Amino acid sequence: MVEGQIPVEEYKTGNTDHTWDLVKLQTAHKVKATFSYKKGEVNKGFANRTLYINLTTGVIKEKPVTEDMKKKFTGGRGFGLKLLWDSIKPTTRWDSDENELLVTTGPLCGTTQYAGSGKSLCLSISPATNIICDCNVGGFFGPYLKFAGFDALEIQGKAKEDSIIVIDGEKGTVTVETAPLEEINTHLLSEQLTHMYATTDTDKCRQKVSVISSGVAADHSYWGCLNFSFYDIRRKVPRIKQAGRGGLGTVFRDKRLKAVVVKVENVGGLSNHPADPVKAAAVGTKLHKEIRDLDRYQCNMRAVGTGHLVEIMDAYDLLPTENYRFGSFPKASKIYSPKFYEHFTKVIPDGCWHGCTLACAKTVDGYTVMTGPYKGEKVTVDGPEYETIGACSNMSIWDPLWILEFNFYCDTYGIDTISAGTALAFYMEMYEYGILNKKRCDGLELWFGNADAVLEFLHRLANGEDGPFLSVASKGIRRVKDWIIKNGWGDKKLVEDAGMESKGLEYSEYVTKESLAMQGGYGLTLKGPQHDEAWLIFMDMVNNAIPTFQMKAEALHYFPMWRTWFGLNGLCKLPWNDIEPANNAEMPEPNKVPEHVQNYVELQNAVTGWNVTKEDLILQSERCYNWQRAMNVWLGRGRRKDDWIPFRSMGPVTEMEYMSRKDRYDKQLVEKLGLAHTDVDKMTVKEKMNRLYEFRRNQYEKLADAVYYRRGWTPNGVPTLQKMKQLGFTDAKMLKVIQDTIAADEKKGLNVWGGVYAEGEQPPSSEKRYWETWK
Amino acid sequence: MEKPTTVKILKFYPEKCKGCLDCEKACSMVHFKTKEGGDKSAIRITKTTNGYTMHVCDQRGLCLDMCPVGALTRRKNGVVWLDKEICVGCQACVAFCPIGAMRKVDIRIEPFKCISCGSCVRACPEHALELVEVPIKKIKQVVYHKQGV
Repeated sequence: MVEGQIPVEEYKTGNTDHTWDLVKLQTAHKVKATFSYKKGEVNKGFANRTLYINLTTGVIKEKPVTEDMKKKFTGGRGFGLKLLWDSIKPTTRWDSDENELLVTTGPLCGTTQYAGSGKSLCLSISPATNIICDCNVGGFFGPYLKFAGFDALEIQGKAKEDSIIVIDGEKGTVTVETAPLEEINTHLLSEQLTHMYATTDTDKCRQKVSVISSGVAADHSYWGCLNFSFYDIRRKVPRIKQAGRGGLGTVFRDKRLKAVVVKVENVGGLSNHPADPVKAAAVGTKLHKEIRDLDRYQCNMRAVGTGHLVEIMDAYDLLPTENYRFGSFPKASKIYSPKFYEHFTKVIPDGCWHGCTLACAKTVDGYTVMTGPYKGEKVTVDGPEYETIGACSNMSIWDPLWILEFNFYCDTYGIDTISAGTALAFYMEMYEYGILNKKRCDGLELWFGNADAVLEFLHRLANGEDGPFLSVASKGIRRVKDWIIKNGWGDKKLVEDAGMESKGLEYSEYVTKESLAMQGGYGLTLKGPQHDEAWLIFMDMVNNAIPTFQMKAEALHYFPMWRTWFGLNGLCKLPWNDIEPANNAEMPEPNKVPEHVQNYVELQNAVTGWNVTKEDLILQSERCYNWQRAMNVWLGRGRRKDDWIPFRSMGPVTEMEYMSRKDRYDKQLVEKLGLAHTDVDKMTVKEKMNRLYEFRRNQYEKLADAVYYRRGWTPNGVPTLQKMKQLGFTDAKMLKVIQDTIAADEKKGLNVWGGVYAEGEQPPSSEKRYWETWK
Repeated sequence: MEKPTTVKILKFYPEKCKGCLDCEKACSMVHFKTKEGGDKSAIRITKTTNGYTMHVCDQRGLCLDMCPVGALTRRKNGVVWLDKEICVGCQACVAFCPIGAMRKVDIRIEPFKCISCGSCVRACPEHALELVEVPIKKIKQVVYHKQGV
């Protein structure tokens, strides 16, 4: 057991050492494009320019950030949307030459005083969904990109051979170089490049380098993730955080990128040059103290990270188990957070950016790899986080060591643990029903809990093997559904309802059956079913605080907007509500954590010198949220049909599921559907399920009606012209796209409410084209 | 490197103190080249109903494991030292210090603390301060170990 106060240089992980001939590796590089820029200082949170690199043409240039851009798009993900809009076409797909990969920062990104201020926002057209996917990721890259001189990095085109991009903030140069000899898998590549580009061979210099990389499996899958490094001076390894969702790593490898390296000259407490450094430090210190005093009684993030959620989710029947069939499981206690605490390294600051004292980024050092090409090596595993543990419980894997193994290989191979886990859980369920079998799965025995087969699947993916199953399965649930249905192997309704994807993206790890608002939180989203827009299960299901459609719609307006705001600024959401002031429960609207919202108002004002209110923060988000939805419309999606969700997320798909929670569902048939007890007792399970199915499907459509109305959209989910103008948008091209789409929807009769309303019930508005009268 | 086993910490004799604050003035001279004392001093003397109290770092080192960039180290003489060239001004040590002895003043983002230099001891006309040597293992404290779960 580590006892603390070990001098930084003396700490040992016990990991396998590697030695590389870095000179040989670097000598093999051929410089394909170079660009020199005048170094400048960040001013009040903005570098005031972005960097554009075209890998096809070799063009590298800087673009100015205008005041109008700040006003309309704030920064971070907002800038990303603006740059994408200027560069792609409605026909652009993930592998089109003009598709871009963006890494953006945001005005508060790089602040060291406030916990969770080091996030990068990545955007691209996703291979999984063919619309915009945005990911919020930790690590040092975002802050360093800004301190090196750029608010955003825009990568277009494709290199002809495996390449790296090097942004050298010390010299003020950008180069694109071939990199034929380096590794591709992250745990090795990030180490090679961190050592190669550190100015001197010291930990202090290595800490000034950050690397984006992916892995070999991203070449063969739509689940490719991006790993963002942050060098740990104690463990002496570059650790990693993932931009996991939507296959951005797949886009990265399709561009033939091995890595993007950024290096900074200096990092200090005022690198962001805030307008009011005293205020920024005061508000940050206040939060640090709250974390010090309260974290251990609230989320315990500092000790176990997000894994603390496992036991809570299991207790509330929300932990996805066997492909979301169940929300709790007798074996679940084997993977509760104390089990991982035993493996985690203690007494080391674990924040993924300097000054994050919430410190959820846990690691297991000296982990002995059990399978595959690195079998027997001792490595540092970053995580597991809740989502990765949930992905494994979904596959019925209950051994912490196998979860670590899955976590390690997904990361280094460049695979999103969430999509891979959720998809494999679906394949396992299909295997259990005989819809898939050993032969149809290229010889893999994908029964629930078979961790060996899961790892074998990943290794084959990494090796680029292309069996008929592997080549479809690695593209995700949506393609496998089509494949099964096309082959006539299973009932279409069962397959569609059991596979947990929406818009082509796999669900993240929460059971939403009993929370209608959370079903909307997953379905009525921009990029797909990811909980980063809203997490309303407790508010809705446990506390019943938002019982009406209108209240749910208000929550599905406010929370997605509020959570979007973090991405505009380069912030992490966790320090908002995963730590709360001691008196939060006594405040008005405690779910919003009003004191922390006020912190953010003060922080944005302190850094940027603006004079915003909490309402302005929501307005900043609303602009970007609507812009992104409108861009999805422009890309041919972003309509009601695209917000469809599988029934597994709404209720029981199989009789076994119904029977496992029979009392609950029977009671609902009486209380919510108004059936008589005696009638329910006489009905077959199938009949009861059908009634529940119809009822819940209709509930969801009614919810969509209420939410679209609240957001200022048409009944088909399209942002209205009036809404866009209210938000201050004047872009003629965008306004025309919307106008034309709404007119086309009108012709097809699509501008109508989706819910079926019984007598005495009202849709959100009885007026046709209600938006036309809005000022 | 041989590890220090002892460290000098300040001992205060309240019965001797007359509240002249020459110690604070000497301290702010060390840290900020000013005789202002007060917020710019790592040692603070406060008058209470029962006489004077001293508030200063006791070198327990809880902050050492907090620093994300290794700016805080225990030096050869055992003193907990903040290297402000390395510091990134995150204020984690300021907020986590259980006795509030890591201080932050508006004019600088990097915090500062007592370095047991003895300036205050020499400045005190009443001999109310003394540097005494104590074993580190007796005062050492580590952060969040065994906390939580």
